[in-house]
Amino acid sequence: MLLSLIFPTQGKIKIFGKELLQNRKEILASVGAIVEKPDFYGYMTAYKNLDILSRISGFPASKKKIMETLEMVRLEKRWNSKVKTFSHGMKQRLGIAQALIHDPKLIILDEPTTGLDPQGMKEVRDLVISLSKDFKKTVFLSSHILHEVELIANRMVIINKGKTVTEGTVQELLNATETKVAIEVDDTEKAAALLNESSFSLQFEPPTGTTLHLTMMKEQIPALNRLFVENGISVSSIVPTRSLEEYFLNLTGKEGQ
Amino acid sequence: MIDLVKIELYKIFRKWRTYIGFIAIAIIVSLIEISMLLQGENYLKFLTRNLEGLFVFEGNFLNGYLISYLVLGALLVHIPFLISLVAGDLLAGEATAGTFRMLLTRPVSRAQLITAKIIAATIYTNLMIAFLAVVSLGLGVLLFGTGELIVIKDVLIIFPKDDILWRFFVGYGLASLSMMVVTSLAFFFSSLVENAIGPIVSTMAVIIVFYILSAIDVDLLQKLQPYFFTSYMHSWDVVFNTPVDTEELWKAAGILSFHIFIFLGITYFIFRKKDITS
Repeated sequence: MLLSLIFPTQGKIKIFGKELLQNRKEILASVGAIVEKPDFYGYMTAYKNLDILSRISGFPASKKKIMETLEMVRLEKRWNSKVKTFSHGMKQRLGIAQALIHDPKLIILDEPTTGLDPQGMKEVRDLVISLSKDFKKTVFLSSHILHEVELIANRMVIINKGKTVTEGTVQELLNATETKVAIEVDDTEKAAALLNESSFSLQFEPPTGTTLHLTMMKEQIPALNRLFVENGISVSSIVPTRSLEEYFLNLTGKEGQ
Repeated sequence: MIDLVKIELYKIFRKWRTYIGFIAIAIIVSLIEISMLLQGENYLKFLTRNLEGLFVFEGNFLNGYLISYLVLGALLVHIPFLISLVAGDLLAGEATAGTFRMLLTRPVSRAQLITAKIIAATIYTNLMIAFLAVVSLGLGVLLFGTGELIVIKDVLIIFPKDDILWRFFVGYGLASLSMMVVTSLAFFFSSLVENAIGPIVSTMAVIIVFYILSAIDVDLLQKLQPYFFTSYMHSWDVVFNTPVDTEELWKAAGILSFHIFIFLGITYFIFRKKDITS
């Protein structure tokens, strides 16, 4: 809908402060996009696909620009290969290249790592981070892989059943609520007793081996560590296990109820 | 727009299926011309067998013009299939390949895109008819030379050598128009589905059904037949009459153009409102 591939039944979409359907061409001139898996003309080379797409955009790219873009996604050595010979990961990188070929301000990526193997996912992830950091592009990423969002995004919006549930920076949202922490100590009984007597507002489960599992605010962790050390308990590790996925499930679970 | 049309033509001519029609025409016309070269005199005798006692035929009647006339009549029945192979793929092929999403997320309007495709399809259709003209008429004249054109319908008509070329010119023009109906019909079906086989089969099915309906002598159908496009698919032959019925010629051109306009208009409307989901 954001790219006018499908039409809203009601409501309006504004991008860059302008109504999309009334200013479609002007807006899309500054937007690059991948919608799930990018499909190309398999019987054409990577170079020719980019050439054609840049011409359709109304900004015919020079050979130098096309080669630079292919270099950016590390496909410069395959510039003359037909796209039908590309792996899924290579097509995905070419998809990013086509989204960049007309030098857009905003890049919309819808599930850009769908169907990729772990290495391919990392490559695309690194590329997306690089678009933001090195090329100063705004990236609008839509994904169901929340770990990916956690690794890539600065800000996020969680949408459940078409409604915004929450929004903010990833760190803010993760730090705003209680975090699960696994603490490995040399004496769990002593540690548990100490926690019962302490003023910390936390919940903890029965220890497994030498590890205590606590639910607490993230900013309490240094003080807790200090408490253990000051009372002669050796702390081997403190691992926050709170993830965006868990946060999302909690949030949407509550919403769903 | 010119660049968009160039891109569409590039896409059409980078596909193997585009050349099937040209290759088929080249092979069939060559075979017809070779067989006429070897046994054309027998064919001509067969054609004029009922008139031999009444007339004496003198001159080069087995010439390029006759060959071209016969080829046009024989092949125009089959060319719709070759045309729908490409025209049916123009929209549905993009949907199958998933490339619509790539195209329509760019700053180009759907109207521009479909207009470019229509222009490219028109160029392709006309190129195929032009190719048929060049191969049948050009090669025919090269192999058999020129001469008077003998046409046997209800009556025997012999056209003088210098009164033929313009008839072919108009005849091929009308043939192009009737093939454009096929193109626009395939284009219309192509806008409805996401698989290119459907439009090809549907186009041929519609043509066959309407050919059959055009041939059935039932009162109701006879009233409708003047409005069927299939009733005018062979109107090119009107120019090989004497005198030429210009009213019939314009009527055919009008009905064919109307069908093209309707099919393309509906396609345009559907495509502009269509949700692109693949």
